[in-house]
Amino acid sequence: MSEMIDNLITFGLDVWNWFPADWQTLLLILGKIILILIPLMICVAYITYAERKIIGYMQIRVGPNRVGPRGWLQPIADALKLMFKEVIIPSKSDKFLFLVAPVLSIMPALAAWAVIPFDRGIVLTDVNAGLLYVLALTSIGVYGVIIAGWASNSKYAIMSSLRVGAQIVAYEIAMGFALVGVLMASGSLNLGDIVEGQAGGISSWYIWPLLPLFFVYFISGVAETNRAPFDVAEGESEIVAGFHVEYSGMAFAVFFLAEYANIILISALTALLFLGGWLSPFEGFVGADHWLGESSLFWFFAKASFFAFCFLWFRATFPRYRYDQIMRLGWKVFIPVTIVWLFVEAVMVVAEVGPWAV
Amino acid sequence: MNAVKHFIKSFTFWELFQGLSVTGKYLFKRKITVQYPEEKTPMSPRFRGLHAQRRYANGEERCIACKLCEAVCPALAITIDSEEREDGTRRTTRYDIDLFKCIYCGFCEEACPVDAIVETHIFEYHFEEAGKQVMTKDMLLEIGDKYEEEIAANKQADAAYR
Repeated sequence: MSEMIDNLITFGLDVWNWFPADWQTLLLILGKIILILIPLMICVAYITYAERKIIGYMQIRVGPNRVGPRGWLQPIADALKLMFKEVIIPSKSDKFLFLVAPVLSIMPALAAWAVIPFDRGIVLTDVNAGLLYVLALTSIGVYGVIIAGWASNSKYAIMSSLRVGAQIVAYEIAMGFALVGVLMASGSLNLGDIVEGQAGGISSWYIWPLLPLFFVYFISGVAETNRAPFDVAEGESEIVAGFHVEYSGMAFAVFFLAEYANIILISALTALLFLGGWLSPFEGFVGADHWLGESSLFWFFAKASFFAFCFLWFRATFPRYRYDQIMRLGWKVFIPVTIVWLFVEAVMVVAEVGPWAV
Repeated sequence: MNAVKHFIKSFTFWELFQGLSVTGKYLFKRKITVQYPEEKTPMSPRFRGLHAQRRYANGEERCIACKLCEAVCPALAITIDSEEREDGTRRTTRYDIDLFKCIYCGFCEEACPVDAIVETHIFEYHFEEAGKQVMTKDMLLEIGDKYEEEIAANKQADAAYR
């Protein structure tokens, strides 16, 4: 038996060595991508289940509980249903752009995960301009929505994509300024370095000195992903389903995946930038060899899950903003708040007060 | 002073956190969902579901083809044809209720002088073909025969209020 396993291993190594060296790197990277994407897709599927359960619980209902034990197979059933549905392409639409739009919307949501570190050194590509890359990719996501709205050749869809365009541009600025605060605190664009800069337990996380920026960042993140209470893009009462009215089947499902992948992305980024990612909150409080004090993947997942939960919590709690209120909040509140706090932070950095020693 | 208060309130997200605490509390409350096919809610004796025609204890059908139900029906769902039977009594030859037209208002039941047409508690039914939604006299009588005890009990329970 063990001889057979040995033979298998040597055979596998032979196959592996048969590939040229370039191919080996390529395959290795592909393998890593799959290793990130598959759990991510499972997370996306189950966050839809979590959303329905949590919102149900908050409305004293029980949520989906029929498919599988306690409804655990519900997302799988949903995915199967969407896969087997017909993709209807409106005859007056721009067919090429109509089909490109969902791809354009999910691509950045997945590509941004390339620079997200999950634990010390566990990252696909350790880019030094990681934060810049994430900012750039999340801004590309809006193109998918705008193109979808335009290509559908529908009034509802175009109205919605106009709203999304204006909203995302407005909140992108506030979000960018909030991230500038993190940059000033950490002095690095590398996400791993930013996390390591917060070492030393819960009190040295950036959330405390950057509290206003944290709120601005997270709320902008909610607005950026078009989630309640900022989901005017799909306001049922006014514009039916917004930019995806004309989409059905898998094309619609891809938009759905992109939205939820973005939620997880924003949650993970918030955890990394403000709550010290994989660092333990009890670092320095409990003994050095105690598991609670060790930084691990667990802390990162716990923090990211909390923020993902907040997205669902907000959706269960807040009524939808009116469109002009969204614009007011973005331009007249968040941008001034961030600029003022950046100024305060700059003064503190120059005067060398505060937790950051640049 | 009010402006300052408003300013502080909005910048500390005071009202938003209040809202979040409400939904946060409800997250852990006991759920009130009725698990429908396994659990059912109690039903009033006045419940208006699928129709039925009743008979007297001796097996004679109650309906005397007075057509009051046909006249009162706001949806024009009832169609009645009648003739004189051999024993000289007036009876229906046709009594159809189109369930697609019916709005389950219960006026037919109220109008009936002999308690012949009633609405039962049955609400879980479906049709698989177009045209099957028309309940004929035989079908109505069959339902009445099957659920007579229940119908009589419901009538009894509600008699004091009529």
